[in-house]
Amino acid sequence: MKKEGRGLKKRPELSEKEREKKSRMFGRKKDGQTSGDGIRKKNAKSRRASTAFLAPSIFGVLLFFVVPFFVVIYYSVVDNPIQHNFVFLNNFINVFNNAAFRQAASNTMKFSVIAVPLAVVLSLGLAMLLDSKIPFKSQFRTFFLTPMMVPIASIVLIWQVLFHYNGMVNDITALFGTDKIDWLKSEHAQVVIIVLFLWKNLGYNMILFMSALGSIPKDILEVAVLESAKPRQIFFHIKIRYLSSTILFVTIMSLINSFKVFREIYLLTDDYPYNTVYMMQHFMNNTFGNLDYQKLSAAAIMMSVVMVIIIGILFLTENHFGKDVEG
Amino acid sequence: MMHGRTRPVGMEMSESAYKRMIDRKKRITKVRRAIATLIAASCAVLFLMPIVLTITNSFMSASEISSNYGQVFATSDTGGKTYISEKVNLKFIPDMVSFSQYITVLFKSPDYLFKFWNSVILVVPIVGFQLLVALLASYGFTRYRGRIKEMIFFIYIILMLMPYQVTLVPNYLVSSWLHILDTRWAIWLPGIFSPFAVYLLTKYMRRIPVSVMEAAQIDGAGEWQIFRHICMPLCKGCMCSVAILIFIDYWNMVEQPLILLSDDSMHPLSVFLSKIKKGEIGLAFAVATIYMVPTLLVFLYGEDYLVEGITYQGGIKG
Repeated sequence: MKKEGRGLKKRPELSEKEREKKSRMFGRKKDGQTSGDGIRKKNAKSRRASTAFLAPSIFGVLLFFVVPFFVVIYYSVVDNPIQHNFVFLNNFINVFNNAAFRQAASNTMKFSVIAVPLAVVLSLGLAMLLDSKIPFKSQFRTFFLTPMMVPIASIVLIWQVLFHYNGMVNDITALFGTDKIDWLKSEHAQVVIIVLFLWKNLGYNMILFMSALGSIPKDILEVAVLESAKPRQIFFHIKIRYLSSTILFVTIMSLINSFKVFREIYLLTDDYPYNTVYMMQHFMNNTFGNLDYQKLSAAAIMMSVVMVIIIGILFLTENHFGKDVEG
Repeated sequence: MMHGRTRPVGMEMSESAYKRMIDRKKRITKVRRAIATLIAASCAVLFLMPIVLTITNSFMSASEISSNYGQVFATSDTGGKTYISEKVNLKFIPDMVSFSQYITVLFKSPDYLFKFWNSVILVVPIVGFQLLVALLASYGFTRYRGRIKEMIFFIYIILMLMPYQVTLVPNYLVSSWLHILDTRWAIWLPGIFSPFAVYLLTKYMRRIPVSVMEAAQIDGAGEWQIFRHICMPLCKGCMCSVAILIFIDYWNMVEQPLILLSDDSMHPLSVFLSKIKKGEIGLAFAVATIYMVPTLLVFLYGEDYLVEGITYQGGIKG
């Protein structure tokens, strides 16, 4: 009904002849085709027009991300950019045998394995805290969110002061009788970075969890209370189930952000950090310095493969656990 | 009436005993609430402390800073002139409020303002044009969804999830092909075409009922008109959210300029700040504060937009 109306309205001036021509063009019979092809043509036209909206973005994404990514794949399997001898996995093996790469990869992995679960659990805790009945909720939300807004570069100064050998953190730990630690120049550097990472990212994750907690149907929770379920049972059997897709998302985002932690380390410690915080991005930066395309490409490809695998696994896990609550 | 239902079945209890139980429960919830508030408050203190400290410290005079923190930033030769205390004296409130840091930064050494301007000039075009490109693209993704479009959108999501270590290599290659390496274009262009905003806006736009757009189409509106007069006004809130998210992301950037801009004079303040400490720590806090002022202002103005924006991001399948 709607469609016919539209066709009639838009093309009242179409003469019989033209219409015939059009229907011939579309290879259809003459009768029963009063307005159909008009609509179809208009639809096709607006479909094309709507695709044109995509053009700038697709052009840019192709140019800056997709096409060069294939070139990167190509670079990763040839021996150098001039001779283009096919060496298949040699570059990967070289990179993998590189001590710096191994150090960077294991450090990055260690960092993510510790920091990401912490980020998920603690931010869920904060969200639950703000979900319970406490005063000044919106103020607390603002406070927890502020670190996300502040550029890291502005904050590293005070961080250096706090974690200095003679700094405040050591003064506090001294109260408990522990020895002084040179935080930034020992293996404890990783702790400092994890704290900074959590400080920066918890607010963001918390917001995600808060909105997810808010979207759990109230009646289910009420029924659970009436059935005298314990808070712990409600949490594990209802809330976690409904949060599963958010937990997935928070995990992915935290993982990505944990790869970005180079920024914090670079600003805190400059180009030459302590060994335990020598991250993937340091390796890449140094390799950029030498413009070793083969190494770079192979490392980038390995990273992306690992990323895709991790994200795939997370998706599958979420599908497995969360399927019974998704409508 | 209501309490009767929660009374444990099969347990006989006198009315007074029952009342006592209820009272105890109430007390427990009160205590619990107090504890929760306390935890939240102490978390808030921890979260805010570094920011507040940076700001208060920016009102110290340069000599006070170097006597307090000289040790932290000392290079091997400190020169015996100023007194540097053994301890690092972290002070919440300066002995004497002075604006000397700000006066030096703003009027005497133009280097910092210049770097600040660098940051502005790198970030503002990215925010504006990424938003524009993304608006157009997300309209394209919203109208006439088909299998091909869904596939392209999926590629966008994957790209969005890739860490810098992966995307910077392609960006670098293209920049060197186009001979825009070491110019601002090398930062601008990949930023403008970043798929992040497209993802967010598309997710939002797809929530607009199709019938709204169809109605406009029936009334004779072309695609551009639907986009301009239906979609854009409806997406205003989301556009603010996305703009804020892009802004804080790029205001904070370090990796891209380090790799794509070898010329130090074009570096944004974020990179420059890490090099400040060698000479002029007396100024560093003021510069750091100045650097976070724009983001804090944006936050004050648009906290709700920010929260909304983050919320849209959640649920990647949506």
